[in-house]
Amino acid sequence: MQFLDFEKPLEDLYAQINKLKDMSSKNQVDVSNSIRELESAIETTRTNIYSNLTPWQKVQLSRHPERPYTLYYIEKMFTGFNELYGDRQVKDDKAMIGGMAMLNGMPVMIIGQQKGINTKMRQMRNFGMANPEGYRKALRLMKIAEKFNHPIITLIDTPGAYPGIEAEERGQGEAIARNLFEMVNLRVPVICVVIGEGASGGALGIGIGDRVCMLENTWYTVISPESCSSILWRSWSFKEKAAEQLKLTSENMSSFGLVDEVIPEPVGGAHSNPEGMATTLKAFLIKTIGELNKIDPDTRIEQRIEKFSKMGFYEEAE
Amino acid sequence: MSSTWFRRMKKGILTSTDEKLEAPDGIWHKCPECKATSTVKELHDNAYVCLKCNYHNRINAVEYFELLFDNNEYEALFENIKPRDMLGFLDLKPYDARLKDAQRTTGLTDAMTVGVGTINNQEIVIACMNFNFIGGSMGSVVGEKIARGIDFAILHKMPFMIISKSGGARMMESAFSLMQMAKTSAKLTQLAKARLPYISLMTDPTTGGVTASYAMLGDINIAEPKALIGFAGPRVIKETIKKDLPAGFQRSDFLLEHGFLDFIVDRTNLKYKLSQVLEWFVK
Repeated sequence: MQFLDFEKPLEDLYAQINKLKDMSSKNQVDVSNSIRELESAIETTRTNIYSNLTPWQKVQLSRHPERPYTLYYIEKMFTGFNELYGDRQVKDDKAMIGGMAMLNGMPVMIIGQQKGINTKMRQMRNFGMANPEGYRKALRLMKIAEKFNHPIITLIDTPGAYPGIEAEERGQGEAIARNLFEMVNLRVPVICVVIGEGASGGALGIGIGDRVCMLENTWYTVISPESCSSILWRSWSFKEKAAEQLKLTSENMSSFGLVDEVIPEPVGGAHSNPEGMATTLKAFLIKTIGELNKIDPDTRIEQRIEKFSKMGFYEEAE
Repeated sequence: MSSTWFRRMKKGILTSTDEKLEAPDGIWHKCPECKATSTVKELHDNAYVCLKCNYHNRINAVEYFELLFDNNEYEALFENIKPRDMLGFLDLKPYDARLKDAQRTTGLTDAMTVGVGTINNQEIVIACMNFNFIGGSMGSVVGEKIARGIDFAILHKMPFMIISKSGGARMMESAFSLMQMAKTSAKLTQLAKARLPYISLMTDPTTGGVTASYAMLGDINIAEPKALIGFAGPRVIKETIKKDLPAGFQRSDFLLEHGFLDFIVDRTNLKYKLSQVLEWFVK
């Protein structure tokens, strides 16, 4: 188990349990009562910690190394997954994956950023930072789904679109812009869920949907707290403050009306009970697709445009 | 005996202020690129382009409108829409104070000005960004003015143009600024459905969320020479890849070569080119 800095009290309690267990196996003493007490202390402590998370702690949680990524959800929520590769122009982007799958017997197209689970895989997946090919592959898959009238689900988890020379040569800006433009008018239901990090245009590039949702302990905004700190505070050390000021949590985003729904995570975060998280998300997707299927495509598109057109705050003088 | 054969006879600066041969402010302009000097009038008459090296000085909406609209006649639209610090964003300075300072020093309400007028008798709605207003950053007002500009163009069946000049999204509006990318792209699909032309002119600089939304979505994407255009800023890329960037990287020619611009146009030729293109679109 890996503990984040604010989970230190939990780490201590787990250490105590282990010590007791060691002791009991060596000395044949019954410690089950003490262990039971400690376990209940763990539950209370966990609940306390998790009901008072700061924005920065939520950012840390969204990046927890044990947090489930897109492929995990695909494996748990769908059957018959067939990954589809390539943008048909340049290459296959490993940071953006997608393919055909069945959700409760219903065909869907699933697309999402993928982070690696160890050092080697993290490099292969480019830390979940897609190049233009990734966004173009995503769009290609969405168009297939539209053609065959199947819903689209996107899972967002990226620290941003990749800032590199080749990415610029091949038009990172154009690729994201094109996705925004095309996703607005997709004739099938589109559901987008932020499952980890929702950083800026790189997230939005697969984030235009009839329902845009966030898992509870994720963040979604225009810039990472670190970069925001470095630009506005001219120092990397104000990331906590930046996270606070950016109002980037699921709770904030939902109160602003910028996301449609927040999906609760198990106490202790998605990584403490990944299966439970996948079950919750699956149920949510089935229910939401059912609702969206009842709306005719033209109305759905109209509502999508209307929703995004309303976003913003300003004063209007007489 | 002193070895110096010349000596200051009197101490201090003796020329009185009245006698000084100093030009008053604002008559001369020194090109930041080639250091050549010209009079401000010469520069103005040459569309703020250096007469010697063709450097395109950064200008704002009021100058573009004078350059493009016939007889400098146009109606400024949606001037009643003003920014608001809804999040109470505070970094080294409150956003609210930044807005007030920017409004005072620029005389503008925000980084976007929309005007309707004619270019060689062809009606057009132009939304032009002001880089002098918080780096031309895209916040809610920028998005809303584009949205309303598009509604206006659709209602009056007019072509639409955006002149971009921006560092990207306005961080102090957080996710609201991000969503302006979605909002403006959504509105542009309505313009496209109405089969009205959309011309995107990118000027120095056009980066970040502006590039990744409306700037790249023109029926034609055009740019001024040597403008910096990109998604990620050069500094960020350099820090990420830890290598020097090639010469000319992310400049207009680079984008043209890689297929993201239809053409590059000198500002002195902009009005003529635009009227040609508009004629082709609407005829």
